[in-house]
Amino acid sequence: MAAAMPLALVVLLLLGPGGPARAESPRDSLREELVITPLPSGDVAATFQFRIRWDSELQREGVSHYRLFPKALGQLISKYSLRELHLSFTQGFWRTRYWGPPFLQASSGAELWVWFQDTVTDVDKSWKELSNVLSGIFCASLNFIDSTNTVTPTASFKPLGLANDTDHYFLRYAVLPREVVCTENLTPWKKLLPCSSKAGLSVLLKADRLFHTRYHSQAVHIRPICRNARCTSISWELRQTLSVVFDAFITGQGKKDWSLFRMFSRTLTEPCPLASESRVYVDITNYSQDNETVEVNPPPTTTYEDVILGTRRTYAVYDLLDTAMINNSRNLNLQLKWKKPPENGYIHYQPAQDRLQPHLLEMLIQLPANSVTKVSIQFERALLKWTEYTPDPNHGFYISPSVLSALVPSMVAAKPVDWEGSPLFNTLFPVSDGSSYFVRLYTEPLLVNLPTPDFSMPYNVICLTCTVVAVCYGSFYNLLTRTFHIEEPSTGGLAKRLANLIRRARGVPPL
Amino acid sequence: MAAAHCFGRASTALAALLLLSFGSFAASQIEDQAEQFFRSGHTNNWAVLVCTSRFWFNYRHVANTLSVYRSVKRLGIPDSHIVLMLADDMACNPRNPKPATVFSHKNMELNVYGDDVEVDYRSYEVTVENFLRVLTGRIPPSTPRSKRLLSDDRSNILIYMTGHGGNGFLKFQDSEEITNIELADAFEQMWQKRRYNELLFIIDTCQGASMYERFYSPNIMALASSQVGEDSLSHQPDPAIGVHLMDRYTFYVLEFLEEINPASQTNMNDLFQVCPKSLCVSTPGHRTDLFQRDPKNVLITDFFGSVRKVEITTETISLQQYSEMESSYKEDQMDEELMEPLKYAEQLPVAQIIHQKPKLKDWHPPGGFILGLWALIIMVFFKTYGIKHMKFIF
Repeated sequence: MAAAMPLALVVLLLLGPGGPARAESPRDSLREELVITPLPSGDVAATFQFRIRWDSELQREGVSHYRLFPKALGQLISKYSLRELHLSFTQGFWRTRYWGPPFLQASSGAELWVWFQDTVTDVDKSWKELSNVLSGIFCASLNFIDSTNTVTPTASFKPLGLANDTDHYFLRYAVLPREVVCTENLTPWKKLLPCSSKAGLSVLLKADRLFHTRYHSQAVHIRPICRNARCTSISWELRQTLSVVFDAFITGQGKKDWSLFRMFSRTLTEPCPLASESRVYVDITNYSQDNETVEVNPPPTTTYEDVILGTRRTYAVYDLLDTAMINNSRNLNLQLKWKKPPENGYIHYQPAQDRLQPHLLEMLIQLPANSVTKVSIQFERALLKWTEYTPDPNHGFYISPSVLSALVPSMVAAKPVDWEGSPLFNTLFPVSDGSSYFVRLYTEPLLVNLPTPDFSMPYNVICLTCTVVAVCYGSFYNLLTRTFHIEEPSTGGLAKRLANLIRRARGVPPL
Repeated sequence: MAAAHCFGRASTALAALLLLSFGSFAASQIEDQAEQFFRSGHTNNWAVLVCTSRFWFNYRHVANTLSVYRSVKRLGIPDSHIVLMLADDMACNPRNPKPATVFSHKNMELNVYGDDVEVDYRSYEVTVENFLRVLTGRIPPSTPRSKRLLSDDRSNILIYMTGHGGNGFLKFQDSEEITNIELADAFEQMWQKRRYNELLFIIDTCQGASMYERFYSPNIMALASSQVGEDSLSHQPDPAIGVHLMDRYTFYVLEFLEEINPASQTNMNDLFQVCPKSLCVSTPGHRTDLFQRDPKNVLITDFFGSVRKVEITTETISLQQYSEMESSYKEDQMDEELMEPLKYAEQLPVAQIIHQKPKLKDWHPPGGFILGLWALIIMVFFKTYGIKHMKFIF
């Protein structure tokens, strides 16, 4: 009896935890990631991605327990039977020529494209209601989306998630290019994140820095993905992406050193406690021109190498969940420094002042071998006052030629010459060392044909006006002010009588 | 004997004193109760803040509206109870030297745009029609909640409007106008539909007092920045931004509201004194004849804040057991496992695209115009050449 009781107790203890306190494996997970890419033009691109994966079937009504996946979007999926939703707000344009290919580009303004499930009967009605609801959630005027700016693409915009058949009848696409992106769109976007802007990578999302950029694009992507490698069940994926490009000149004051603090005015302090992964990747694929290399501080513990967008790239990885990373300094301020050879270029620019001084641009450039370097400058001619024009303005206006002063490496080393002993053509320029020779070259002057005013115009106007005034006004004045009356012919004076006398003598009829 | 007499007199005096004090205490209690009776009977607060001007040089109107938004949020009204309408975007305007900011004081002292702003109607959505629909509640059914004024008969509503105006009208986005008669009728509709308890209307435009002249519904108090025939002037420009940052009246109202906190007892009479003629150059006006309470009993927080009357109860409420929630959660786990694996769609299936047939457009019968045109042609033909051709047709 006494032995049976402890046994019973032990059995109870074993069964106890199996009851109401059973630990649930989390059904949704959050991964956050920031990729910092120094661009060839000296700017820096930062791409945030927050991805929530939810292993659940959202189509069934009655799902009410939301943990990481935001309820506002989950309810949209079940109410409007969405299969995929892609909504982006962009300000600026991704300049592929200067910055390289983007990870994900979006149309300037607001872009919304949606795949509906094939159970939807009236797609257009659902589309209109969906755009109204999204305009309320994101504080944007998406309610202007109607049949005048919606299309149904027939070949492009295939689903980005799982799809068994693609009947394009269930796809709708609309763009609002006039839509402005500002803090009021960022605020609800941030509120959808599980950690909001309190912890993790989202503390860097400060509006006053994010909108002082050349390119700002924030997006929400919802799609179904494979839950496991065999892909027998569906999980829902919500990705919130934000791409910005910081301008080297505006933000960096011309220097090419970057740090998280300079870009975002914040540093990273702790990972989001709800995130299963929280990483920062920095693109350290070395640049080979001018022997420049990028140095990252603090040095990374791991690197990641892969073929991204067609080229092999190397990334430095910083894992915020790694306790050693944050514990050292309580905050993580990544710094990128460009190591260049000591001699820098030199630029001097003096802008023009009207009627005072011209533009002056002087640049010291090192030209790489076997290459073509083009330098171009845009300028405007100010409109002259009409007395300042030359008598022959249709000839055009001259722009002075550019001057190129160059040190060209010699193929054969020259020895220093004695000025008095050598011919005159060899002593035009002083030579310091024989390995290169100095030369000064000029471009052609530029003759620009500008629109000139019509200088005969005042003369023509005066003639025409005076004629019109004289003819019309003069006639009218005469008609109004002159009176006409019959005049008796005058009987004549002494001269007339004398003349009549002479005429009678001649036999001619009198006057 | 004298001592007893003295004692008696002292006791009666004491009794009289006690009675007097009790009497005065009771009187003050009744006075308190009477005052409680005349305090506002509202249970929730709403704010409708409208900026009607477009273009960069009207920066100050957006700053006006945002400064009132900031004060109202600071004093407790949540974003769900504020309808903010801004006719143009100044913060992210390409001409703004400091993006995502709108300043009210020069030298960039105070950023009224902030980090947590929700604009409900923006850019082209700010029209007279939308404004009147928000006020009267006649909104299309698909409008989201954040764009609706869901007030009831116990709501105190603050309506603030700013922009360019004249005698009897306010200009919306340089393309249309709202007249004072339309506004008065809208408020009357709100009263008939029991959409407000009390309404405070503030307007900062030129000749602003003309906008409240025509109100005729009860429980409306109105303030304006200038009288009929006067212009409201702007406050100070900032040389770095290049435009005037605020209008004078709203600038001094903002300074006044910065002193208020949710527990303030400041009343409306102080708000009427804000910005005298020496500071504002124009004469601010107000109208209280339609309002039932005395303005000195109306707290600023009755309209600008969201002070709730809290009743503390000692009852206990037992919450649902966790196991019930968990059992419903367990059912979610049983998802169907599909037999064959799914796959992602091919993004650019060239062969499939080339061979797909374009969808035939639905055949629509010819419209009335085409039919009429053909009927006319045929009639003219037969009239000209005679009806005898008809027998060849039929």
